[in-house]
Amino acid sequence: MRRTTTFGLLAVCGLLAGCLGQTQQGDQARNADAKEITLTIVANAAAGGKNARGANWLQNWVIPKFTEQQKAKGVTATIKFEQNGAGDEDFKTKVALDLKTGGGGDIIEIDGIWLGEFAQAGQIKPLGDVVGNTDWDGWTQIPKAVQGLGEFDGKRYGVPMGTDGRVLFFNKKLFSQAGLPADWQPRSWQDVLDAGARLKALPGVTPIQLNAGTAMGEATTMQGVLPALAGTGKPVYENGKWQGDSAQLKDVLGLYQKIYGGGLGDPVLQQEAKGRDRSFQLFSDNKIGILLESDYFWRSVTEPRNGVAKMADRDTTLGWALVPARQAGAGVGGQDFVSMSGGGVRVINPNTKYPRQAWEFMQFLNSAEAVKESLAGTAQLTQRQDVNDQVLKGDPMLTFIAEKVLPITRYRPGLADYPKVSAALQQATADVVAGKSPDDAARAYRDALVKAVGETNVG
Amino acid sequence: MDSSGLDSSGLGVRRAVGFVAPALVLIGVFLVFPALWTLYIGITNYQLTGPAAANPRVVGLDNVVNAVRDPLFTNSVWLTALFVLGSAVIGQNVLGFGLAWLLRTVRPVLRRTVEGLVLLSWILPGTVVAYLWFAVLSRDTGTLGMLLGSPRTAWLVQYPMTSLIIFNVWRGTAFSMLLYTSALAAVPPSQLETARLAGASGWQTVRDVVFPHIRGHVLTNTLLISLWTANDFTPFLLTAGGPNHRSEVLPVLIYRQALESGQLGYASAMSMLLLVGNLVIALVYLRLLRRRA
Repeated sequence: MRRTTTFGLLAVCGLLAGCLGQTQQGDQARNADAKEITLTIVANAAAGGKNARGANWLQNWVIPKFTEQQKAKGVTATIKFEQNGAGDEDFKTKVALDLKTGGGGDIIEIDGIWLGEFAQAGQIKPLGDVVGNTDWDGWTQIPKAVQGLGEFDGKRYGVPMGTDGRVLFFNKKLFSQAGLPADWQPRSWQDVLDAGARLKALPGVTPIQLNAGTAMGEATTMQGVLPALAGTGKPVYENGKWQGDSAQLKDVLGLYQKIYGGGLGDPVLQQEAKGRDRSFQLFSDNKIGILLESDYFWRSVTEPRNGVAKMADRDTTLGWALVPARQAGAGVGGQDFVSMSGGGVRVINPNTKYPRQAWEFMQFLNSAEAVKESLAGTAQLTQRQDVNDQVLKGDPMLTFIAEKVLPITRYRPGLADYPKVSAALQQATADVVAGKSPDDAARAYRDALVKAVGETNVG
Repeated sequence: MDSSGLDSSGLGVRRAVGFVAPALVLIGVFLVFPALWTLYIGITNYQLTGPAAANPRVVGLDNVVNAVRDPLFTNSVWLTALFVLGSAVIGQNVLGFGLAWLLRTVRPVLRRTVEGLVLLSWILPGTVVAYLWFAVLSRDTGTLGMLLGSPRTAWLVQYPMTSLIIFNVWRGTAFSMLLYTSALAAVPPSQLETARLAGASGWQTVRDVVFPHIRGHVLTNTLLISLWTANDFTPFLLTAGGPNHRSEVLPVLIYRQALESGQLGYASAMSMLLLVGNLVIALVYLRLLRRRA
């Protein structure tokens, strides 16, 4: 008896083993004429929490409007909004598990940089394969570079949700106390460190917050290592190879050592489980002098009404400056200043029951009216040129991003290996913050990189 | 099959099988199958996303070899050993026995109050407990920092393993206390009385009179709490393995490798190694128990 059971179980295992990694395929026009549809949109947004504005927009404007529109056509549409308020990495894991098991929402908002991994895993498919015809008048309004956020391997997978740029934010109150100018614009890393040294004299103030360590996840790479690397003139991925323990990488780690070994930054904060959120709070409490972030910090963090770390006097206290290269002219392309950009993408789940309707909903989400409404009177670099032309005028910070930052910015390589490289870079900064020398940390990084992407892909 | 000699209940093979079948099915579906499935994934390069998610390849024992050579894994094994030794084998055992021994003679009201409090820390849900400890140990306005008048210490960041060990002693002592309380009830009072008349000190009494009676209980208790602690995931809720892997015990490492790094195959191989480790510990204890008998 026992032997039969074991054999039976082994046989079941063997059968299921063939299912590892399998995904379904379907007819693009399935249920296209359905009179009753249900669509779910998944986003890392929650009413009253993370990205509250996006959540409110979906809940209170998009869903009623779209339902009404469908009703006029004689279709009963039930639109559900699945709210999340998790860290980006946790949200990604959840989406990956959803897609892997054939579940998940019909439309999913993801970070553009995850596109490559999901696509290579077959968890998302090119838009045309999912919904058929993708003609849409909106495409002409989305600039090519921004459309690229939703593409992988030359194929379109989704519709981008806008973009951003990175700058150094600083607290003008603290700057004036330290005798620094309100129109501060550093021209080299040394200028930043010098300003940090002046801020250090203020009691209870952490001069510089440059994200480091693994606890901050991608925020360390995007708001730390990559802008710094761009400032050394060598991007992380070039000519088909990932950057190894180069002199430039050691320079970047050296910068971290100067900040966190020299009392200009708070090493403990980098290692705390909720360090990034805390750094936002500390900044708006006037306890951090300089912080590298994307315009998200202006729009959603310090924003006086709905921000997660509101700053009532944001408009007068928050200053911003371009991120300088190591020294003038040392940045990528010989630039004096650098930036990195990213953005979210909406994709359609290949397992959706209603592919045509999901695509219709997607077009609605990206219509000029909807995009403008999503801003709720504030400004943001949206995906649509026509909307940007109207809304950016009144906002000095975002006009600055659009005019000064986007022309010099760079995007991350949209490759499936990127997250592993990113994790190795985070670990290297964690090592330096924990006291390792930049040389040792760079060597360990190289080993991790070789293990992750293979010797032949490391430059 | 002749069952006349074995079939004491008179059910017959067919009915006996019928009775145990539901249990066997449950065990098969929820225990045996996932375990075998983990073994299978452990020999592939299966990932959460990327090309290896679509087309996993069988890589044989590569994962196991890589794990054994991985400094993160060895670090994790060492931390797990420290965690088990510090919080279970020594911490919960000694404190649990100490409480049981001391509470024997006190007034029932006091005994029940103390037992109730100790039990409370055991029966509260893990997430609630983790949140409470987070509030106690936090850097900014943590209760401990306030009490000590030094609010700038981030206990979970600066002393992660010590914090986890103390946490787990607090969390799990109740079980040892309960088990030893009932074990101590089995020690004949006449022997304790004789020891007292012979002038034995407290320690001598415990060592020479009490311990021989409860040796089996000590071993069983240690086995159970060791295995529970080795598999405990609550450390993730407190430190998430950080800072910089300094509190990354095996269950946390496996979770992070599987779901954060997406390396499902590699993490499954590590799970298998953890399973082997648990089996070895269990075997050692069982041998000790048998020797006693």
